[in-house]
Amino acid sequence: METGEYKGVMVFLEHRKGKLRNASIQLIGEGRRLADILKQELSGALLGKDVENLTGEAIQFGCDKVHYIEHDLLENYAPRPYAKALAELVQKRRPDALLFGATMNGREVAGRLHAYTHTGLAADCTAFDITEDGYLEMIRPAFGGKSLAHIICKKTKPQMASARPNVFPAPDKDPARKGEILKETVQLTQEDVDTRCLEVVEHEDEANMLSKSEIVVSGGYGLKKKENFVLLEELAELLHGVVGASRKTVDIGWFPRERQIGQTGKTVRPRLYFAIGISGAIQHLAGMERSEKIVAINADPTASIFEVADYGIVGNLFDVIPEMIRQLKAMKSSQSSS
Amino acid sequence: MEDGQEARPPNQGLKIVVCIKQVPKGEQLEIDPVKKTLRREGVESEMNPADKNAVEMALGFKDEHGGEVIALSMGSRSFERSLRMAIGMGADRAVLLSDRALAGSDTTPTSYALAGTISLLGKIDLILCGEETSDSSTGHVGPGIAGHLEIPQITYVTEAKVENDKIIAKRQVEFGFETWETTFPALLTVKFGCNRPREPTLSRKIKAKRGNVIQTWSAKDAGLDESKLGLNGSPTIVSTIDTVELPSRKGELFSGNLGKNVSDLISRLVRDGFIRG
Repeated sequence: METGEYKGVMVFLEHRKGKLRNASIQLIGEGRRLADILKQELSGALLGKDVENLTGEAIQFGCDKVHYIEHDLLENYAPRPYAKALAELVQKRRPDALLFGATMNGREVAGRLHAYTHTGLAADCTAFDITEDGYLEMIRPAFGGKSLAHIICKKTKPQMASARPNVFPAPDKDPARKGEILKETVQLTQEDVDTRCLEVVEHEDEANMLSKSEIVVSGGYGLKKKENFVLLEELAELLHGVVGASRKTVDIGWFPRERQIGQTGKTVRPRLYFAIGISGAIQHLAGMERSEKIVAINADPTASIFEVADYGIVGNLFDVIPEMIRQLKAMKSSQSSS
Repeated sequence: MEDGQEARPPNQGLKIVVCIKQVPKGEQLEIDPVKKTLRREGVESEMNPADKNAVEMALGFKDEHGGEVIALSMGSRSFERSLRMAIGMGADRAVLLSDRALAGSDTTPTSYALAGTISLLGKIDLILCGEETSDSSTGHVGPGIAGHLEIPQITYVTEAKVENDKIIAKRQVEFGFETWETTFPALLTVKFGCNRPREPTLSRKIKAKRGNVIQTWSAKDAGLDESKLGLNGSPTIVSTIDTVELPSRKGELFSGNLGKNVSDLISRLVRDGFIRG
């Protein structure tokens, strides 16, 4: 295959309720960094029915160009028409690299696309780099998070990857930034819309509070039983944080899966993370190690969580947490009385 | 639905393929420090956890609508163990695509090879896959198969039912749940933990041990183009594997008495601006 003519980094821009999704904004930031290393352009691919109004924002976040496709059949996201439209755009515009946010939709549309284009695709990357010979190095946790695999795709173009949400920081908006807006057309037929979303039930609080909260208070198997999570809830409330959980506690049904933090759960990067009764398995660390400050509370002084913690208390959590709650409440009442 | 059109599937049942991968048991994932590859010797393996949920969903469909459940896997002969497990749970038969030419396949040839194999299994109504495997965690093979076969896909499904000629599936996304509708044939990827996989029964385990229940196909049997398979047919390579280095943090450990430990911690959190002092 002639691969020399592929140029530039392209990011797939997801949107929801008329706004770019956070995962896509983060992707623009990382795509910008990679395009700068390559001294190439960063373009965005924006698909939908009425999406021209989002192109300016994509430029302000860091794209040089936005290719937008407006089509009646793209009004609502569905994997087949979106993958087909992307396949056509890729064939026409030939990006050297094409990046997706590793959201559910990003992953499923990329997975379908790589069958159409017969190209390589790396999933859920947590870092990227450019090799000396100019290839995209796609770095992702492997073997359950115990190692990092560096994946390279030299045989086909574009080099494709999805990037884990909340790993790359969102870039700042620059209202003065200018770029090129290109309207693209694609061939789609009614038969391409072979799945239809009938209903969306949001549980914004459950799912998103965890990723948005500045303080996360997580509990693990050390809590011994489901009922003891009320201790964490009380502490979280005092700190204005939200409660997260380790995989083991979710697997045995103490907590809903939306609360799970780690390799197979959510990645969070709050300003402050409490790991309480969590030993610090590498799978868990993968989901929280980018927190600004980490506090570990564990009875086992050799627990690996202490190796990543900024502050640690070795002690029985059933002593430490009630004492913390007591002292925090005392602080509050002295503040309100003064 | 218009009058006179036959509702599906009242009589003939559903013909369902479940794709299964055999993976190292979760807690046994170890990296060989010298070879930097996954240690496979002496490591116990099992059916990929999400694939068990896919088998259970397939068997639930069969319980309700009748039909046939075929377990499909691609890998070495040792993968027969997971296929026997699927038959023990209730699958009718199994196909193992096994060929040296497939070794080292990334998701691109894997999707191609499984799609090709499925297309030779006759008229299929449903293809079920686990949402992702516990060893590779890509979730790309299901959508890849759907792309090759140009059939509808619904991913991360937690519940699904058949209503006349439609499939209604509940899908878990970041912000909640979506209900999707599609037509036959379709591919669903099934969310880990969405149901309770049934245990294999003794009589079915015996059936699984008899001959002819598991067919082994070569790449040629499946009509596959060998140049698209294995390491050669894989666009991606793993260039290096690092063991994860924990971020180095200069940690402060409080190890005095309880009250002082806690007040020391709180004073740091006040200093850092997390708590108003």
